[in-house]
This record gives sequence, structure tokens and C-alpha cells, in this order.
Amino acid sequence: MVSLKELKNGFFISLWFVFLTFPIVVIKADPIQRTVIWRWHNALYMAIGTFCVYLLFKYFQYRKEHQVNRNDDQEQTVSLIHRILQKPLQRNIFIGVIAAFAVVFPHLFSTYQTNVMTTALMYVVLGLGLNIVVGLAGLLDLGFVAFYAVGAYTYALLNLNFGLGFWQILPLGGLIAASFGLLLGFPVLRLRGDYLAIVTLGFGEIIRLILENWGEFTQGPSGISNISRPGFFGMEFSLEQSILYTYYLMILLVIVTIFVVNRLQDSRLGRAWIALREDEIACQAMGIDKRKTKLVAFSLGAFWAGIVGVMFAAKTTFVNPASFTFLESAIILSIVVLGGMGSIIGVVLGALILILMPEYLRALSEYRMLAFGGILVCMMIFRPQGLFANIRRTYKFEKQPTAILPEK
Amino acid sequence: MKQPILDVTGLTMDFGGIRALNSLDLDVHSGEIVALIGPNGAGKTTFFNCITGIYMPTAGDILLTPADGSKKISIKGLKPNQVTEKGLARTFQNIRLFPKMTVLENVMIGRHCRSKAFIFGAILRTAATRREEQDILEMSYSILEKVGLAQFANEFADNLPYGAQRRLEIARALATEPLLLLLDEPAAGMNPQETMELDQLIKQISDEGQAILLIEHDMQLVMSLSDRIFVMDYGKKIAQGTPTEIRKNPTVIKAYLGEEVDA
Repeated sequence: MVSLKELKNGFFISLWFVFLTFPIVVIKADPIQRTVIWRWHNALYMAIGTFCVYLLFKYFQYRKEHQVNRNDDQEQTVSLIHRILQKPLQRNIFIGVIAAFAVVFPHLFSTYQTNVMTTALMYVVLGLGLNIVVGLAGLLDLGFVAFYAVGAYTYALLNLNFGLGFWQILPLGGLIAASFGLLLGFPVLRLRGDYLAIVTLGFGEIIRLILENWGEFTQGPSGISNISRPGFFGMEFSLEQSILYTYYLMILLVIVTIFVVNRLQDSRLGRAWIALREDEIACQAMGIDKRKTKLVAFSLGAFWAGIVGVMFAAKTTFVNPASFTFLESAIILSIVVLGGMGSIIGVVLGALILILMPEYLRALSEYRMLAFGGILVCMMIFRPQGLFANIRRTYKFEKQPTAILPEK
Repeated sequence: MKQPILDVTGLTMDFGGIRALNSLDLDVHSGEIVALIGPNGAGKTTFFNCITGIYMPTAGDILLTPADGSKKISIKGLKPNQVTEKGLARTFQNIRLFPKMTVLENVMIGRHCRSKAFIFGAILRTAATRREEQDILEMSYSILEKVGLAQFANEFADNLPYGAQRRLEIARALATEPLLLLLDEPAAGMNPQETMELDQLIKQISDEGQAILLIEHDMQLVMSLSDRIFVMDYGKKIAQGTPTEIRKNPTVIKAYLGEEVDA
């Protein structure tokens, strides 16, 4: 399986890595003793480690190539979760179990865990929002966090200045974020791919910098504190009850989002988005208004980010520009890419994995970003379609053209 | 005489200093198959791109007569999607399907401009939206049956064999219910068997009253299908007429084969 040539290759790669990492892992200067310690054993570990990783890499590559040759039929590539979701009985059981777990979760685990889960759920909605823009319409948006920030600051500022409550602002935050989506959409209508990514990246930074520097309006880097938590018909909550309440609100929001995004995806509009992603020119030639379709994608995606922004401000009761850096955009994008572009179940699981994993692997927190990067690189090589690739809706036809049964 | 469906007059297109189309006149009547032929680089595809709104022509006018026979409308300067809405649907020389959508969905996209459900319709899934969606499905499926692709309905478009992809492009264009169907080299790269099937398909569509304008290099196909032929060279129309007339036309022979040199 492993040829001599590959072994030789691996050997040289290891040597190259030892050379590259030499200054960091081998040389250690002791400034007190004024001596240099040469840790040669580290070079050996590095060489062995690199060699093993190389072999592992080759092995997976080999397996992947082999798999493609072995089963060309589509059945095999449909993942387990999709097979479960295809059968109504299994699907209902599956949804029932998830729902039951979601309901009892805060009673089984500590307040801290509930809080973490609420955050993860917020990223689920963010991921689903970005999924409309990136996964369905194929518009690479690197500044998605801007809309999240708009939502959060809408609540923070209106609450601070006018004392408006959570429920009044929740839809408003979404709408204002959506209008920012339009604002971004107009200038980038003609752009695609890399150029679009750069402009959206810039847009994200512009919003953050405005929040940071427009002191009189946004209170600058020090942020806005003492934002009201979500209320429930004027009832007062203790801190713990409030966390519980926010958690259930988030669950509700996730359900609503999944419902809406699912319907959008299977609609005339959803098809137009996917067509736009697949081939812009053909899409126009088939009578789809490119401008309208793109703008709707941008603003609908932004709408969800705005809603989550309001939730975020209400949950943490404090917002400042540091919460809305490019890293956030990158994480949301990773959720979509890792989960599988255009796939709802993929995005949900992607968000849970990416947000919960670092929380439960605190011990490895130093290597967090390293692991994060490594996982993404591996994903791109071995599973570019994401964990759960989207499968298109299929339709079953009976003999008579009148009886066309949509089948999920 | 009846009004032509498509009436192009004096169409001119400049790319910088190059005149790709020079004052071209062309008309297509209902139920007709008209072919546009010419050597490579004659400007045939540029002509298609001009009338479908991908390029903005420098001069000239493009008039379309709506199905109800009312006054002609100019479609010059409209966006490609508006042109399609007005009733011109095209296929592409190099296939441009939506590869990661199913065959059926590809055709359903063609119905886009003839339906109108939008955000709220999609989310609320009202009775009207459901009915519309059902209509789209049925119509798309019947078109697939017509072009003989019904058994592939749930396949991804890029898994289809080449000839079937070409036919899917035609199906997708038909789904927009065009007044005039524009086919840009539909037989390019096809084997003789596939070309023969295509010939039958185009005849069948034409028999249903569909007007067709096609660009094609396969002369056998052109001669067997067309009612009239326009010949272009260097952006100009050099001849027009029935297939028999064109076959004998000395200018056309010169453009294709070059001039005879006396020894």
C-alpha cells in the first residue's frame, strides 16, 4: 500500500519540518545563565510526528480514492442522518428525541451549561442566516458579523436612549439589519467570488470601526451596559430564571428559523438562489431578476443575524465592538462550510460542533485555534461538500400527471 | 401579410473599433424555423447576445410582437431576464445548465418568470402558492416527457449524457413559454445518432407551432429543418432565402469555400 517512493517522500517532508521548526522547538535560550540549551530530542519527536501525520494523510487519501472507485452509485453517499430523515416514522422519533432533550436540557445540566448551549443556538441561527447568502445564493460574505452587530446595537441603543423593550425591538432589529443587508447588496450586485468577499470583509470592518470610533453615539470601545433582559408580560425574573427563559426563547427562534429557511429553500425563490449560485448568466437568461434575487438573499440573511444580535444583547446585557470582530464572521462561515453548504441539518450540527467543542475541550484551549485550522484543512481535502451535504428535493411521479407527490 | 414575431432592423454592434454586427435585418414569423448560418466569427452568437439583452447594441432596433397580436414592443436595451419575460428564450453554445440541481428543477427554473410566489408566499405556503407550485411541477414534468428526459427527472443535471444535457437546455427554454425559441448550435459536439434525435425533437416542437431561430454549423440539419436561412459573414447579412436558394447562392459558396482562382 505504501510505496518506497512515498516513504522517501515522507522522510524528506519530515526533514523539512524539522528544519522549519528548528528555531522554535530545538533552540532554547536561557537569559539568566546566558546559555543556549539545545533540545535535540524535540527534533526527533518532530520528525516522527510529521512522518506519522504524513502516513495517516496518505492512508486517508488512498481510502478516499478507493471509495470513489468502489461505489459510484448515489445511494452510498447519502449519509445516515439523511436516510433517517427520509422515513417519516424514523424522522418523527428522531425529532421527538431531540425535542425532549432540548426541553429537559437546562434541568439536567448546570446554569453554565445552559448558557453555553444558548450561545451555541445563537450560532445555529447565525449559520442558517449566512447559509441563505453563502450556501444557497453562493455569495461569499465575509462581513456577516456586521449585521449581527447592527441587531445588537439596535437593541442596546434603543433600550438605553428610549427604554424600549426586547419584544418591541426584536422584529425591528431584524428589519434594520435587513435594510443594512440591502445597503451592502446594492454596491456589490455586479461582484462575484473574490471581489465580493473583499468588499463584504471591508463592510464588516467599517461597521465595527464606526461602532468603535463614534463615541457620542455608541459609547465607543467601552460599550453599552445594563441592557434589559428579555421580559415576559412584565414579569420579573431572577438571574437563573432569566437564563432559562433566554434558552427557551433561543430554542423557539431556532425552530422558527429552521421552519422558514426550509420553506424558502423549497420555494420558487430558493430555486432561484440556487440557480444563481450555479450559473449567473443562464439564470438571467431563464428570466430570473439577478438584482432582486441577490438583494433578497442579502437582506434575508441579514435579517436573521439582526434577530440574533438583539438576542445576544439581551442575553449578555452588554455589548461592545470587540464582540463583532472578523473572527466572528470567520467562525460563522466555518459553521456553514463545515456543516455543508446549503444543508440545514449540516449547519445546525456544524454550529453545535464548532461552538460546543471548544467549551468542552477547555483543557486543550491553548491548541484551540490550531485544532480549528487543522480540522478545516482536513475537511477541505477529504470532504469538501461538508459533513452533511445538501441533498436536493426529489419528486415522485405517478402515472397520471395530476398525481404528483412531493417527496422529501 | 402577418406581422413577424421578431423583427430586427439595422442591428449594429461595435466592440471598440471592431464592428461585429453591421446593420443586420432579420425577421421570424410565427411557426417558422429560421436558421442563421455563417463561417466561424461571422457574428452569429453576438447577434443572439444582442437580442437577448446580454449586449447592448450600438444601433438598430429589435421588435417583438406579443402573442395576442397587439402592437410591437421594442426589447432593445432590456435586461436578459426582461427579454425572457417578453418571450425570447435561448440555449447556449457551450452548455450552461445548473449542474447541482436536478433535471426537473432545471426546468422548473424556466417557469420562474411565469410565476410569482415570493418571500411571504414561500414562508406561509398559502393555497395560491401551493397551486402555483403544483402547476410548475406538472408543466415542467410534461415538458421533460416531451423531450424524452422524464426518466432522469431526479438526477443531477451534470450526470446526464451530453446529448441529454443539450435537450435539457431546450426543455428549460421551452418552460418559459417563449414566443420564439433561440437555439445556439444545438447540435455542436453531438454524434450522428444524437443529431438525428435532435432533428426530430426540433421538428416536433415546431409542429406544435413554436417559432424557432437557430444557429447551426451542421448543414444537413440546417437544410432539413429550416424554412428560411439567413447567411452572415463578417457581421453582415450576405444572403437570405429558402434552403434550395441558399445552396445555389454564389456569395454563400464563396464565403464558405473561398473563391476559385483561375489557373
